[in-house]
Amino acid sequence: MKLELRGISKRFPGVIANDGVDLLVQPGEIHALLGENGAGKSTLMNVLYGLYRPDEGEVLVDDAAVHFQGPGDAIRAGIGMVHQHFMLVPVFTVAENVTLGIESTRGPLRFLDRPDARRRIVEVSERHGFHLEPDAVVEDLPVGIRQRVEIVKALYRRSEVLILDEPTAVLTPQEDEELFGVMRSLAAAGTSIIFITHKLNEVLEIADRITVLRRGKVVGTTLPAETDENELARMMVGRPVQLQVTKPEARPGEPVLEVRGLTVLDDRGHVAVAGVDLTVRAGEIVAVAGVQGNGQTELVEAITGMRTAIAGEVEIGGRLLRLEPRRVMAAGVGHVPEDRLEEGLVTGFTVAENLILNSYYLKPFSDGLQLKRDAILATATELVGQYDVRTPTIFNDVGNLSGGNQQKVIVAREFSRPLRLLVAAQPTRGLDVGSIEYIHRRIVEKRDEGTAVVIVSTELDEILALGDRIAVMYQGRIVDILDPAEATPERLGLLMGGSGEAGAGAARNGASPGAAMAAGTTEGEA
Amino acid sequence: MSAAAVAVGPAARAQGVTRQRVLGIVYLLLAAAIAVIFTNVPDGASSTFGLNLGPSPAVKLPDLILPSATTAWVLAAFCGFSGAVQLVRGFGIRWAVVLGLVALAFTFAFLTWATAGKSVSLVGILQTTVQRATPITFAALSGLLCERAGVVNIAIEGMLLAGAFTGAVVGSIATNPWLGVLGAALVGAALAWVLAVLAIRYYVDQIIAGTVINIFSLGITSFLSARVLQTNLELNNPPRLTPFAIPILSDIPIVGPILFNHNVFVYGMFLLVIAIQVALFRTRWGLRVRAVGEHPKAADTVGIDVLRIRYTNVVLAGVVAGIGGAYLTIGSTGSFDQNMSAGRGFIGLAAMIFGGWNPIGAFLASLIFGFADSLQARLSILAVPIPSEFLLMTPYIVTIIVVAGLVGRVRAPAADGKPYRKE
Repeated sequence: MKLELRGISKRFPGVIANDGVDLLVQPGEIHALLGENGAGKSTLMNVLYGLYRPDEGEVLVDDAAVHFQGPGDAIRAGIGMVHQHFMLVPVFTVAENVTLGIESTRGPLRFLDRPDARRRIVEVSERHGFHLEPDAVVEDLPVGIRQRVEIVKALYRRSEVLILDEPTAVLTPQEDEELFGVMRSLAAAGTSIIFITHKLNEVLEIADRITVLRRGKVVGTTLPAETDENELARMMVGRPVQLQVTKPEARPGEPVLEVRGLTVLDDRGHVAVAGVDLTVRAGEIVAVAGVQGNGQTELVEAITGMRTAIAGEVEIGGRLLRLEPRRVMAAGVGHVPEDRLEEGLVTGFTVAENLILNSYYLKPFSDGLQLKRDAILATATELVGQYDVRTPTIFNDVGNLSGGNQQKVIVAREFSRPLRLLVAAQPTRGLDVGSIEYIHRRIVEKRDEGTAVVIVSTELDEILALGDRIAVMYQGRIVDILDPAEATPERLGLLMGGSGEAGAGAARNGASPGAAMAAGTTEGEA
Repeated sequence: MSAAAVAVGPAARAQGVTRQRVLGIVYLLLAAAIAVIFTNVPDGASSTFGLNLGPSPAVKLPDLILPSATTAWVLAAFCGFSGAVQLVRGFGIRWAVVLGLVALAFTFAFLTWATAGKSVSLVGILQTTVQRATPITFAALSGLLCERAGVVNIAIEGMLLAGAFTGAVVGSIATNPWLGVLGAALVGAALAWVLAVLAIRYYVDQIIAGTVINIFSLGITSFLSARVLQTNLELNNPPRLTPFAIPILSDIPIVGPILFNHNVFVYGMFLLVIAIQVALFRTRWGLRVRAVGEHPKAADTVGIDVLRIRYTNVVLAGVVAGIGGAYLTIGSTGSFDQNMSAGRGFIGLAAMIFGGWNPIGAFLASLIFGFADSLQARLSILAVPIPSEFLLMTPYIVTIIVVAGLVGRVRAPAADGKPYRKE
């Protein structure tokens, strides 16, 4: 099926998300849509999928104009979408999820015909070389398989155009490869694929054709053979970008953070962190890698006092610490939380107010009874300048800033005091390349001042760029700690996916695979 | 350095152990309570439990006559033994069954004590249980229809009350109970429609919207009852729907009178429980409703009209609650009293939760509340040395215990109470 978008414009109050976008997807083509967060990729795809109606422009399927009133119309026209956040009902079975909306039924009362659904799902998935268990409950399946379910769900609806929205965001590198295999075989069978991403290397590996979006406009369409990562990055950002952080050799000092046997439960009461040991020294960055949901979030929350640990202890600067947020903060710990809007900022408060959230009760911002406005404003003005926060004034609602500038507000607040330890979770999630570059540089600076740094990230690029040592978390345990020199993406990917036996580090530390490895066990604990 | 594997075990196990201990201690305390209080009966007293109902049952069973003190001691021993086993090694996955048996033993010990030297109709208590459970079940089914689609409906109480009032008035005017039921259903639907518009269209907080409807309903029915019904008694005298026995089935000993000698509301409730159970889990409609309650956006992306399903279900729930309200007048007392629903809408919600948002589970849970209510009514006749105020509290206390015991155990539909905003 040939798909064409002509002059699509979509405006939201105050924002032009798409501005006269043209896109042509040939049958059987893998067409990558590349752009930073906020470039308008998702808006464009939601227009194509009937979730938004465009203000201008038209969608053509096989050269005939179509007008979608809702996703139902798009599905009937043969367009399927795998959303970034899966659209699966966790408590339903695979079969129920796949057939939802076009169920097989019997009789006038529309009883579900489960055997028929099962048979047809197996048929569709086998035809494309998948193996899905129709009766498995989705919430029990690993993320990679859930994605398969999403793809089968689209194929079950006879989709001839498949939109994949940031499909690799939740996968390990090995799962990425499997997904690419699936994409290639689907394309070979005639399915057109629109592949949305901001990862340059993936685009070059898999795409037949690449369209780059920036600020709602098409910057250009090119072929993988005619371009490279630097060129694509320049198109995405609009200026040349330094893709690699250059950082001097780390000079680790005394241990600052000592975590011993830390065990933490998640919201559902399951063990999320299973007896983790970790030592981080002054002047080094320990980067914690892992697929989302393997306990990294809970580990960070426990260390920063946001979540109560059920066992284990944490020493900071040689002192055992009761893990409550204010005590942790007072011990010289800076925290860049995973979700900047939920935990990092108070939206509705001004930039100035957000900049003193961790020190408003201290002199000179407070005299114990009331806030000292002059001191607060002076400090805020200074920090906004120093950290290059782009805001009209310091009195603006922080919720109205761009993601990058919001993150800079947090960084300014957390970095602008003497720190023993910095804990940053997903510090650049959803940011543009320029902001990523900036925040990485600041983190390295902090390290060189002698701060111990823990970075948690699901982005391998970030892990490899920042880590002086790389810890891999899998199912609540630190399965290995690698030197960046030995940490290839393949090796990390295997560890992140639970193939712990492959880790030479496990053997080196003299413990069985899967057991918690202590950072610096050899020196620190023995 | 301890391996991580060791650290997980005790942590996870510790929670299970705590629950086991608590349960074991509770069982022992119950055993002690039975031994101390319920064995305290006159020497040689026996408790007589009637197993027949009605003047001439088809099969007449002998009464169950138990020596009061001995029975209590046996039950105390059973509870004590269960407690000891629970403490020492636990019952594994069968802990819930044991919990039920111990609760039953305690209740029966209490009943034996209360009837020492007297006689009570066991079948009568259970028949009343089903009757008392009827409005609660209707309320629970109403809540379930809403919440499975993702709308929290705490306005059921108000819908019951409005249904009871309308049923009485319309039934009286038309001198036809069926028209009364129809009127009650329509009024329930109308209130539900208001809730639906507020909650679905205007994203009003669903608890607040429901509370508003409850207050409105209580206020207007009380006002009209005081101003109009008090002076026009003929408006509050609807014909009642009377019980009729189902041939053959009602002749089965014990079960027959308990289940098959009721009025049409009770039979309707049985059918509705089964119908909703089947519809929810075996039909296309049910699958879509559950999808909307769990993950509305997922339903939307496959072309299901989320808002329409929510509107339909809330209005249907109003119909069910309205009919449940009509039972209170047309199917039971025969006339309207101020605030006669007396919290049954909320108890119905508790039953819905206890039943895990399943129709059959909700019905069984309603029976527990119905039993508490029925027992309370029977005991006040038996002149038990417990103040009647305390007896009247029984259903509510049972509600609190049940809901408190379930916190964190059952899982509500994921999108329950969350408005769906289309982008």
